[in-house]
Amino acid sequence: MNAIIDKLALYMQYPFVRYALIVGVLIALCSSLFGVILVLKRFSFIGDGLSHVAFGSMAVATVLKITDNMPFVLIITIACAILLLQTGQNTKIKGDAALAMFSVGALAIGYLLMNLFSTSANLSGDVCTVLFGSASILTLTKTEVWLSVVLSVSVAAIFILLYNRIFAVTFDESFAQATGIKVKLYNLLIAITIAVIVVLAMNLVGALLVSALVVFPPLSAMRIFKSFKGVTACAAILSVFCALTGMLVSILGGTPVGSTIVAVDIVAFALACIIGNILRRRCA
Amino acid sequence: MAQIICQNLSIGYGAKSILHNLTFSVNAGDYLCILGENGSGKSTLMKTILGLQPPIHGKVLTGDGLRINEIGYLAQQTAVQKEFPASVREVVISGCQGRCGIRPFYKRTEKQLADKMMAKMGVGDLSKCCFRELSGGQQQRVLLARALCATQKILFLDEPFSGLDPMVAADLYRLIGELNHRDGITIIMISHDVAAAIEHASHILHIGKTVFFGTKEEYRKSGNWHIFDGNEGGRNNECNH
Repeated sequence: MNAIIDKLALYMQYPFVRYALIVGVLIALCSSLFGVILVLKRFSFIGDGLSHVAFGSMAVATVLKITDNMPFVLIITIACAILLLQTGQNTKIKGDAALAMFSVGALAIGYLLMNLFSTSANLSGDVCTVLFGSASILTLTKTEVWLSVVLSVSVAAIFILLYNRIFAVTFDESFAQATGIKVKLYNLLIAITIAVIVVLAMNLVGALLVSALVVFPPLSAMRIFKSFKGVTACAAILSVFCALTGMLVSILGGTPVGSTIVAVDIVAFALACIIGNILRRRCA
Repeated sequence: MAQIICQNLSIGYGAKSILHNLTFSVNAGDYLCILGENGSGKSTLMKTILGLQPPIHGKVLTGDGLRINEIGYLAQQTAVQKEFPASVREVVISGCQGRCGIRPFYKRTEKQLADKMMAKMGVGDLSKCCFRELSGGQQQRVLLARALCATQKILFLDEPFSGLDPMVAADLYRLIGELNHRDGITIIMISHDVAAAIEHASHILHIGKTVFFGTKEEYRKSGNWHIFDGNEGGRNNECNH
């Protein structure tokens, strides 16, 4: 035990490890808060689709040799989120089909571009890093750290300030609209926020694993709690706890950060299922 | 002075209209039942009046001091609501959202209003329960309490009795009747049940191939309701889309 603590203390001396932990916890918090909305609105796949788009735009950024690529990726992903929300409602191509097109297209183009223009000697390593985020949380530049902190704090603030309205819009869109809430505006805001979260979370767990971070904590919380407030609070705490545990385990064990966090999330989900079943049996 | 006035209203989806040139008005304290076959456009009409979708032609006006956010609406339940983790209290108080403006949180008066409306609808002791685990009748009472948080003037109900057993439905009819008679709340309700509509409503709007609007006495005299026996064209309309 002492050995572990010593090892952790040693790692904590490096600023990049401290940054990684702070940013990781904040990202986990935001993604679980809006994950609740995503799951309840049945938009789970939007998170997944957007993460592929983010991968594509990251590839473009690499080709264009943009060093601080986060703002670029952010803008492209937000634009796609808005576009997806629009196509879902109006055009002939239905929402989920449009989403599939976007996500697979972005993935393919992204890999193609990286393959054609990459100057790196270890191409598959690069791709793997972007997809599974093996170490990117530890290699954030100072600008990216600050950007992540500012963005995740504002996302959390938006959620808290709009909590009641988000509930109304998610629970019953037509009622909310009939009583004068600007539903379209809030849906747009939710889409933009989700794009921001996806880009942030990509640093933590990689493009392919983003939806796990968004979907697992809310689903686990829903097994146990039955009120919106309970589910949101539980999802947030669970997500932060799992992210922290995952990051510490990966530092100590040398495992990839993203997949370790997701593995912890899966264990938490299994536990939540068991607890949920026990609670239900006791009530019945 | 009328609360809701529809002038030469044509409604439908996209460019295709399903009802043309509808003109009628609803006064404060009226109990209007909208009748018609499946696919005749009852729900579409209600959504158009509520501003959830634009009319193809014509206008919906509000009067008598009714503001657009002073409307209570009880829609047909969506799939999302059947799985939504929310306590009864959370659902009811969300009806106060329209009066919040840009204020992010609820005031104490709004919390008290929510408690009062839950008590009034007889779901006060369920306030901590999970909405999705209630029976159909209880859920409708909760949604009524939410609608009453939004307004004390006018309620729009879209088939509030579908899926309820007759006893529970009768109970709900009594409750809605009370809101209308005792509190003077205007009721606009979509229904399938002609007999019950004639029993409870003060006015009838019958839409379909022939349109009727008037008091229930006039409706009874007009014999329009026998149209229902003759399998009116609502279902055919549906196939034409």
